[in-house]
Amino acid sequence: MKAARISGDRVYRAALGGAAALVFLVMALIVYETSRGSALSLRTFGLGFLLGTDWDPVAERFGALPYIWGTVVSSGLALLLAVPLGIGTAVYLAEIADRRVGAIVSFVIELLAAIPSIVYGIWGFFVLAPWLRNAVEPWLIANFGFLPLFRGNPFGIGMLNAGIVLAIMILPTIVSISREVLLATPRSLREAALALGATPAESIGVALGAARPGILGSVILALGRALGETMAVTMVIGNTNRISLSLLAPGATMSSIIANEFTEATSPLYLSALIEIALVLFVITILVNGIARLLVYWATGGRRSAVAA
Amino acid sequence: MSAQGTYQEGPSAKERALAKTRGHIGRRAILSRVVIAACYLAGALVVLPLALIVWHLVAKGLPALSISFFTDMPKPVGEPGGGMANAIVGTLMLVGLGALFAVPVGVGAGVYLAEFGRGRFAGMVRYTADLLGGVPSIVIGVAAYGLVVIPMGGFSALAGGVALGILMLPTIIRSTEEVVRLVPQSYREAALALGAPRWKVTQQVVIPAAKAGIVTASMLAVARAAGETAPLLFTALGNRFWSTSLTKPIASLPVMVFDYARAPYDDWNRQAWTGALVLVMIVTVISAVLRLTVKRVLPR
Repeated sequence: MKAARISGDRVYRAALGGAAALVFLVMALIVYETSRGSALSLRTFGLGFLLGTDWDPVAERFGALPYIWGTVVSSGLALLLAVPLGIGTAVYLAEIADRRVGAIVSFVIELLAAIPSIVYGIWGFFVLAPWLRNAVEPWLIANFGFLPLFRGNPFGIGMLNAGIVLAIMILPTIVSISREVLLATPRSLREAALALGATPAESIGVALGAARPGILGSVILALGRALGETMAVTMVIGNTNRISLSLLAPGATMSSIIANEFTEATSPLYLSALIEIALVLFVITILVNGIARLLVYWATGGRRSAVAA
Repeated sequence: MSAQGTYQEGPSAKERALAKTRGHIGRRAILSRVVIAACYLAGALVVLPLALIVWHLVAKGLPALSISFFTDMPKPVGEPGGGMANAIVGTLMLVGLGALFAVPVGVGAGVYLAEFGRGRFAGMVRYTADLLGGVPSIVIGVAAYGLVVIPMGGFSALAGGVALGILMLPTIIRSTEEVVRLVPQSYREAALALGAPRWKVTQQVVIPAAKAGIVTASMLAVARAAGETAPLLFTALGNRFWSTSLTKPIASLPVMVFDYARAPYDDWNRQAWTGALVLVMIVTVISAVLRLTVKRVLPR
């Protein structure tokens, strides 16, 4: 009787554990498929692939640098816009807002996270781009045109548009995790600061200091999201493989080149070069996310599943 | 002597020091107000884009929204009107296929993590699931291309379903774990005290108690996947005609919206907005309703 009981437990546990272990299999398959697919390109171009600026399907010369550049610049711009706003909002929600208003704002931010990226893309393409082209970019050129950042013609689509759309898309990640981390810091920190004569903002500063690793984690997590974001960026970035210092110029990202050209890739080497870009993107996002998760686990004591953010 | 005079006429050293602190406190108080006002402003600025997006979606998408949008097939280029019936059915099929793969595995893994997940193995599963959740959806599309499209010799609904399934998996695992953890410990203790083995405790007490939560958590992940475009571009591809075959390319709402938005026809652009509106309604309405009910269903 007892033996049967133990073996029932074992079988049940093994079955569930097997389901859990499938996560490793899925991850391994992604690694295997992207490596296998990019083998030809890796052999042909070696490390030079990462620094090459050509993208010529006819001559079969491929280099990923313009796309790596586009991914880094658009994501960096998005962080620049979203981090101050996101942390400010998190502070507002965790420290200042009264319960009801805070609940509404949190709900809105959750909805923001649920909107499909193609919808952001359409909005960026049909609404944001004309506004940038007719109002914002001419103004930037007239007043800051002496900077290389704002040189060129107002296209509407380009790095600036991609950065803004990405910023909107990563805000929910920064806000919801930073808020959670702030709420996890002990109340007594603020009370002690206030008792020592700190102003309300200074006591929030103390809490922010304690929450720093977690907030940093949320920002890196948001970066990971921005790096891999595809559809919205593909619609608003313009898709040219030029490296330009100007934020007004069109460009392309690693994900947008895959989305645009994968089904058009006619030769094995062309396809392989695109899959290698996917591999590079995969490695970068795994590194970025790996660091971010560790920081978030550490800051919240492992309670949070950051996937749901 | 003159120093003495100034001393008597002017404020005392103590008063001056006080005034200085007062000025200092004043500056800090003002700074504090400014910082807090900036936080209010940030909160308002974050809400603004959502308001704008929803406004434009409704303003541009609603005019072309009609019953025929749901029931009609796409018309050939140049003919106005038509709907996205095939894309709506295609999206439902793709999402269903994905759920077929991801829900059993994800729920199993989530229950494992919640009930038995204390060791290093469980920690690694958790970490890997979180990393999987951070893999860009376009990379998952590339992997599904190599995994299904190449062996099958062509684009297919099945490949799209596999891609969406991989995409759903991490969210289902982690939210199932969270929901199962919410079942009060006393349920397990009571069942064990009555002599039930652990597996019966989990299967017949814990899972039924968490059922509503598990269903909602899975549905949330499924709804989120319905809006994904990137993993479908070169797996399910898209199709302007009616198809429910697993082995042929199939239309989906997000891909069709993408194609229509990039097309140089005004009528298609208008339909792209309508498609986007329908997509958002499917995804967010399900999410919002589930989120509101999940709070009521779960004991907190």
